[in-house]
Amino acid sequence: MPVVEILTHLAVLLLMPPLLLGVIVKTKAAFAGRKGAPLLQMYFDIWKLLHKDMVISRTTTWIFLAGPWVTLVAVFVAGLLVPLGGTKAPISFDGDLVLFAYLLGLGRFFTVLSAFDTGSAFEGMGGTREATFACLAEPALFMGLLVLARLSASLSLGTMLGGTGAAYFSTAPASAALVLVSLFIVVLAENCRIPVDDPTTHLELTMIHEVMVLDHSGPVYGVILQGAAMKLLVMGAIVVRLVMPVRAANAVAGWGLFAIIMVLLAIAIGVVESVIARLQMRHVPRLLVAACLLSGFGVILLSR
Amino acid sequence: MNELLVCCGICLSATSGIIALLCGRGAASDRLFSGQMLIAAICGALGALRSLFAPTSSTFGAVWQVPGGQFLIEVDALSAVFLLPVFLLGVLGACYGMGYYPVERLFDRAKRLRIYFGLIVAAMALLLIAKNSVLFLAGWEVMAISAFMALTVEDEKPEVREAGLVYLVATRIGTLAVIATFALLRVQSGSFSLTLSNLSANSGLATATFLLAFLGFGLKAGLFPLHVWLPAAHANAPTHISALMSGILIKMGIYGLLRVTSFYVTIPLWWGAFALVLAVLSALLGVAFALGQHDFKRLLAYHSVENIGIILLGIAIGLIGRASGAPYLVLLGYAGALLHVINHGLFKALLFLGAGQVIESTGSRNLEGLGGLARKLPHTAMLFLIGSMAIAGLPPLNGFVSELYLYLAMLKAQSMPLGISSIALGFSVPLLALVSAMALACFVKVYAVVFLGEPRKPLTRTTKEGSWTMRLPQYVLAALCVTIGLFPQIPLAVLGTSCSLLGGHLPLLEPNSVPNLTTLSYLHLSLLALVLVFGAIAVRVTRLRSVPTWDCGYVAPSPRMQYGAASIAADIIAMFKLMLRPQASSPKIDTMWAGRAYFKSVVPEVVLEQALYPLVRGFSGLVAALRRRQRGTAHFYLLVLVMTLLAMLSIWR
Repeated sequence: MPVVEILTHLAVLLLMPPLLLGVIVKTKAAFAGRKGAPLLQMYFDIWKLLHKDMVISRTTTWIFLAGPWVTLVAVFVAGLLVPLGGTKAPISFDGDLVLFAYLLGLGRFFTVLSAFDTGSAFEGMGGTREATFACLAEPALFMGLLVLARLSASLSLGTMLGGTGAAYFSTAPASAALVLVSLFIVVLAENCRIPVDDPTTHLELTMIHEVMVLDHSGPVYGVILQGAAMKLLVMGAIVVRLVMPVRAANAVAGWGLFAIIMVLLAIAIGVVESVIARLQMRHVPRLLVAACLLSGFGVILLSR
Repeated sequence: MNELLVCCGICLSATSGIIALLCGRGAASDRLFSGQMLIAAICGALGALRSLFAPTSSTFGAVWQVPGGQFLIEVDALSAVFLLPVFLLGVLGACYGMGYYPVERLFDRAKRLRIYFGLIVAAMALLLIAKNSVLFLAGWEVMAISAFMALTVEDEKPEVREAGLVYLVATRIGTLAVIATFALLRVQSGSFSLTLSNLSANSGLATATFLLAFLGFGLKAGLFPLHVWLPAAHANAPTHISALMSGILIKMGIYGLLRVTSFYVTIPLWWGAFALVLAVLSALLGVAFALGQHDFKRLLAYHSVENIGIILLGIAIGLIGRASGAPYLVLLGYAGALLHVINHGLFKALLFLGAGQVIESTGSRNLEGLGGLARKLPHTAMLFLIGSMAIAGLPPLNGFVSELYLYLAMLKAQSMPLGISSIALGFSVPLLALVSAMALACFVKVYAVVFLGEPRKPLTRTTKEGSWTMRLPQYVLAALCVTIGLFPQIPLAVLGTSCSLLGGHLPLLEPNSVPNLTTLSYLHLSLLALVLVFGAIAVRVTRLRSVPTWDCGYVAPSPRMQYGAASIAADIIAMFKLMLRPQASSPKIDTMWAGRAYFKSVVPEVVLEQALYPLVRGFSGLVAALRRRQRGTAHFYLLVLVMTLLAMLSIWR
């Protein structure tokens, strides 16, 4: 893989994520008839937070501060395994899809532990929900990847998603469509979007991700925001690569196409957030099981 | 040479407890015991490593005056994989025991415990190298009985006696099935030798052998639903005995299963399918029951059921690979299973030893009363975190590596022309993901309620780290967990020989189609480096101001308001309530000024309490009449024994 492409990959991976949050906010504002925060607001927020002091709870230990950092590093390394705009991922080996999913698990483990480190009942509640729903999101993600593994006869994300997703839609349209829907639900759930979680609610009792980070402030909160946005990009990239319609003529067109579809995905998430309400907590498992089963049908359709 | 080294190890560890008696009741006798276990471990591990890295087939035989028995031993690549953790946990357990069960303080019990401890290690090593089924059974029985003695060393407690009794019954039934397995093998092969490789699996006898082996060895391994003895036994034994039992003793069942299936030339597909179903069941229900436990050690014990399920999943993949002639599945499945045997031995022992430290310093096994120990026990907290990450299969630690091997095999099967097996293995992928996500949730629960937050009950002055002898074994285990995780390509290369022993006559996988995990190793190293570098920078530049936890404006929070173990697990338990049968008693509050109220929730051992106990009660009602024949006198039993033997001889000779 040429150096320029690797550098582009790193630049997009590190710099694009906050933009997606801006796009989602703008879309929701447009639906609500408001003007909304500037598109680049999240960049300003993170920059400001990185220069602040920290106020932290006396109850906490080193795990509280390690959590956001480990999460960010884990998501970053996971981001190296997924092809974004280029033809391949920077790093690829047989079985990297398992590493991808488990790195997200590593991030989750540390986020949840740093929430519990404060000893707050609210944060415990959020951490519990995160760990519980992950038990259903994880199989759904793996079921989706299983379909892709069957379709592509490959064991690495780089080759699985490296070509054009349109190929899957012409060889096995039904399975590809099912897996697309299923993975979209997983992206929503894993990134704390409506209908699973509402990042903008004002009641701690109903939150998942936001309530886990109540006690984080200053630079570590900036790290959390960047990590969460990067996770959205990295997981969204799987969906984007699945639908990328044509093989781009050259590298620039490839990255441009990726950026456009990624922004479209963010708009889609914004639309979902605007038109449906958050599910009751006890109904969330049904949605995730449904996502898992959709991909499961995809597997069965491929077994003819 | 290898056999001699391992035999030295066996003799040394078998005699270690008795020789240590010569030193009286001082700390010196503990040191002598540990020293001897160390020398035993060095000898044994050296022998095992030599036969793993430079496999030579040399059996060593000697005359043995037992009917059918022959003192025939060999250290092959399969035995070596199991011998390594046996000796490692032997010496580490002995070292831990110096601080946890010192002979100075607990003279009578500690000296007995040391004798049994050495015997368990020796007996396990003996059965692993035995090439004659009578010799194997001798090792098996010494192991089972010494484990019973070690587990009931605190027999003044009623719960210990009950756990011991259930274990004893389970191990008796298991041994009976194992004896029957060997008897059937004798019918098929014509001898008691265990160096077989050409039995045909297409007979009713072979089917019966397979099922009996599953019963006998599965009971020892603690496969669901044969795990009934395991939770209580692990919970009530002294902690370093629990570590030894959970870490390696139950793996003897896995060894037996692997050995017996390797005797057959071809494997019917249903053997693999049978193992696959039991594996998934065991893994899933093991972790679900674990989530429901409030007793620290009982929870860890249920994780053994889960991990035995994961190991069996690897064996099932290997069996399916053999049945359908796929060397990739044989290599990756068996390598995953064997590596998980070692890995589980490492991280589970680490977790048990950490739990022992917590129990020792707080005096409580109940999770709900703990909390905030990370500041009081910083070493234990760090080491337990490594163990928790490893058991949840998180990179860059060893648990991830063995699970990765299994995933690779199951995913590779998707592009193989295997028909229904490929679908079955495919659907096992999300199930394994579910199991490890639940394990993650369970260790979030354990770590959060034990080490994080505020203490739920006030801590006393005795809450502090133990001696270095208790800490050193944990550091060694954690270091091994990290090392295996950072170099995931090495075990796959080393375990190749052992897997080819299990693969029957299947050709080996060509070297260029073995997955190359060197990239993963670099990724793991850079992940660790990035975290450490960023951590160091963050610590350097951070300016802090400490305040109380923000409880959304509430001004008088108390530690009891924290999320407890039951609340963390409640949602997941509710998803599995059909199987777990959780029993909750909640107070009914109907007045305006309600008084004190208590909520209690328990996840019982469903199979034992709701299926087996009623069955046994019914059965003992039926045979009540026979009980009058019980005289309780030894010569009457001897008479019955002799008469039975004579009757059997006159019929079959």
